[in-house]
Amino acid sequence: MAAAPFTDEELARIRADFPILSRTVRGGHPLVYLDSGATSHKPVAVLDAERRFYEHTNAAVHRGAHQLSEEGTDAYESARATIARFIGAQASDVVFTRNATEALNLVAYAFTNGAHGGGGGHGDRFRLGPGDEVLVTEMEHHANLIPWQEACKRTGATLRWVPVTADGRLDLTDLDTLLTERTKVFAFTHVSNVLGTLNPVRELAEKAHAVGALAVLDACQSVPHLPVDVVDLGVDLLAYSGHKMFGPLGVGVLWGRRELLDEMPVFLTGGSMIETVTMEGATYAPVPQKFEAGVPVAAQAVGLAAACDYLTDLGMGRVHAHEQAVTERLLHGLAERPWVTVLGPSDLRHRGGAVAFAVDGVHPHDVGQVLDDRGVEVRVGHHCAWPLHRSLRVPASTRASFAAYTTPGEVDALLTALDHVPATFGLEVPA
Amino acid sequence: MDLYQELILDHYKNPVRHGLREPFQGESHQVNPTCGDEVTLRVHVTGEGEDAVVEDVSYDSMGCSISVASASILAEELTGGTVAHARTTYEAMRTMLTSKGEDPGDEDVIGDGVALSGVAKYPARVKCALLSWAAFTDALYQAEGAKL
Repeated sequence: MAAAPFTDEELARIRADFPILSRTVRGGHPLVYLDSGATSHKPVAVLDAERRFYEHTNAAVHRGAHQLSEEGTDAYESARATIARFIGAQASDVVFTRNATEALNLVAYAFTNGAHGGGGGHGDRFRLGPGDEVLVTEMEHHANLIPWQEACKRTGATLRWVPVTADGRLDLTDLDTLLTERTKVFAFTHVSNVLGTLNPVRELAEKAHAVGALAVLDACQSVPHLPVDVVDLGVDLLAYSGHKMFGPLGVGVLWGRRELLDEMPVFLTGGSMIETVTMEGATYAPVPQKFEAGVPVAAQAVGLAAACDYLTDLGMGRVHAHEQAVTERLLHGLAERPWVTVLGPSDLRHRGGAVAFAVDGVHPHDVGQVLDDRGVEVRVGHHCAWPLHRSLRVPASTRASFAAYTTPGEVDALLTALDHVPATFGLEVPA
Repeated sequence: MDLYQELILDHYKNPVRHGLREPFQGESHQVNPTCGDEVTLRVHVTGEGEDAVVEDVSYDSMGCSISVASASILAEELTGGTVAHARTTYEAMRTMLTSKGEDPGDEDVIGDGVALSGVAKYPARVKCALLSWAAFTDALYQAEGAKL
């Protein structure tokens, strides 16, 4: 049987775990937070775990031999194991970064360093140069676009991209001419942060592998919202952030296939990531430490592990089913308003819980302002995906995005607030 | 909500002196990177120094009601005045918009600009209101450089 959305009683219990959800905004309106795609709120269990680390175990991990250092290291490495398990991975293949952006830069810089034979890497996979190509898509978040633009500039490789259809899906018509033996990397997103579009990851990874390219996945909008198993997906490297999945700010994750991580040149260098150092040079620690220069983000990792436990207890199948039900409710409500245009796929099977839309004749900033005045918090702007908006021929959009704690009532509050928008700007609404 | 005063919506729907015109001595293109709003603004001045006259302000603006209305108000208030008047008006606008709501604005100095006073309470929107004013300042700087 398919997983069911959360019942009202379950939702009430979940919401009670998130202190911020009971606050009011803008003169007493209950907070209707529909911006979890930007960052999610944190349950008490996560806040407690991070606080407990600082109060009880605080130490610079992987340094020193005193008891706190031992316990801190243990907490950090246990967190790694929990976080790995959450995505079906081995702990040794999970690298902690400060955020997903850093994780993607780590990969892009590995290719740059590999081009010059630096970074302690070996093998040709990470040697990017003139004649090589990097393939991305037009729907990428800037974090999975600009690092590749810069990597191409540094190495002389060429950047190419898969275009987007008018309804916000990848246009794979010419994929065979875009993805060729010249392609070294195919970097794409699992779920669009703007449109909610769910991409066919397995199919794209297979096509990348067929031409010898590595498949790099931005999983920031999938890991928090649906069951993700890195082995099932078939990609080579995968990045996501902790703060979008009930975890603390300041921690991201890079997962990679072990043999690739072994070969991959390092990015940030310094303390913690070395094996031996002389005045002339250094050799590097094994994976994952060689990618974790500087004091590790231990308290944040411990908090993120608590977030994984929290989501596991809820059940990712149910989280996904719940967000799908909420998304369906919003899509249905928006479809009843002919003055609203949904950007992105209308079929629930091809999308996740982020819904971007346009209101006829009203700029997204103004839409967001009217909603905010009623306590409904959505994202407005280009959501760090400017080229995507350009391809859809809109300057910006309004986006509602969900999490396990989102209620059907909050979707209704959004729709009710939305009905005030046209009148605020003196526009007639067709009945 | 006191943000969207009738005067702002009037300027938004019927922007004053809209469109790009010649002649001009300075032109500036400004973008709000958080939302992608853009304005291109041209300045035509005659005369020298602070007594020079702003003969025309023409612009092409793509953005929210606040940014479009602000450009319209700018063109209305500054056209026909001296450069000294333009600078005084800009300073008064900037002071009001960055006052977090403390400064209600002086209608004698900024005219219809007082309608934008509500923006100051919304820090995320101040940039919208200042976008065209930043473009004007830059365009004027270029116009003065062109005369040297």
